Amino acid sequence: MARFKKKGKKEVPAINTGSMSDIIFMFLFFFMVITNMREATLFVRVLPPQATEIQKLEKKALASSIYIGQPMKTAMYGTEPRIQLNDQFAEVSDIKEFIEKERAARNEVDRPLLSTTLKADGEVKMGILTDIKQELREIGAFKITYATRRGKKNN
Amino acid sequence: MARKIPEINSGSMADISFLLLTFFLLTSSINTDMGISRKLPPPIDKTVTPPEIKKRNIFTVLVNANDQLMVNGSIGDISTIKAKTIEFLSNPASDPNLPEKIIKYIDLLGNIEVSKGVISLQNDRGTSYEMYIQVQNELTAAVNELRDQLSKEKFGKKFEDLKSDAKKEAIQKAIPVSISEAEPKNIGGQK
Repeated sequence: MARFKKKGKKEVPAINTGSMSDIIFMFLFFFMVITNMREATLFVRVLPPQATEIQKLEKKALASSIYIGQPMKTAMYGTEPRIQLNDQFAEVSDIKEFIEKERAARNEVDRPLLSTTLKADGEVKMGILTDIKQELREIGAFKITYATRRGKKNN
Repeated sequence: MARKIPEINSGSMADISFLLLTFFLLTSSINTDMGISRKLPPPIDKTVTPPEIKKRNIFTVLVNANDQLMVNGSIGDISTIKAKTIEFLSNPASDPNLPEKIIKYIDLLGNIEVSKGVISLQNDRGTSYEMYIQVQNELTAAVNELRDQLSKEKFGKKFEDLKSDAKKEAIQKAIPVSISEAEPKNIGGQK
């Protein structure tokens, strides 16, 4: 009926995209909270072994990581497993200095809570790890964590 | 007439935040650190002779350079080690060949039998890390299972689900992780 006929052309209203940025920002904050920055560029290949009885590391800020594995560039550094501390290759003898530095960087209260995470590749032999553990024992860094992946329960 | 303030075009705002989002997605990693926690023993004081431990209180686990296991004097297998550890630590039938138990008073639990058993884990320099972690994992699994048992019996909950730290501590005291790692040996040759 002519009475209800609208005047003029029908136009699809533009979708308001003003709140789009808010949504994306929300995403951004969500990701910022649940993730952590990559702390070091890995020079060694680390694929930790699987385990089922694992605990989450409580205080991440108080853990220092030692990476052990085969170098990524095998043509340059060979296939012998190497230790990586911070951003460079290291020897077993450098570990004491590394731990000392980590300790000096923390305040007095946090020092006894410091722990060391050993991130080693599954194929590494225990020899190198034993050496590292001996060094850690000598310097008094007794709290260690063996980094593992979550595995399937086999029984 | 007041001058109209022109509206700021916020259309590109979304693009900017998208850019930031992708940047964070690329530079960060979600994986949280998980692992098996252990406490290393302090370095050996040469002047102090180590305390004698009775043979029945020791459960030896040896792993050689070929990743083979020896559990308490016989060839072992990774699949049976957990059950054996549980049997050793709990000693349900008070077998004279299995570890002694002493009655100890622990807050919240009262007088409770605590096993004097110690697991001695020894590996070779040639043992693979994979195998070592598997053994550690099985031993931890055994301890966790015993803790769950006790926790269910006393508090009606699994150990993990216990809320109060005091209860957790009590259970931890009743079933300690007594894994001792022997001084390293190098039998299998090379690193």
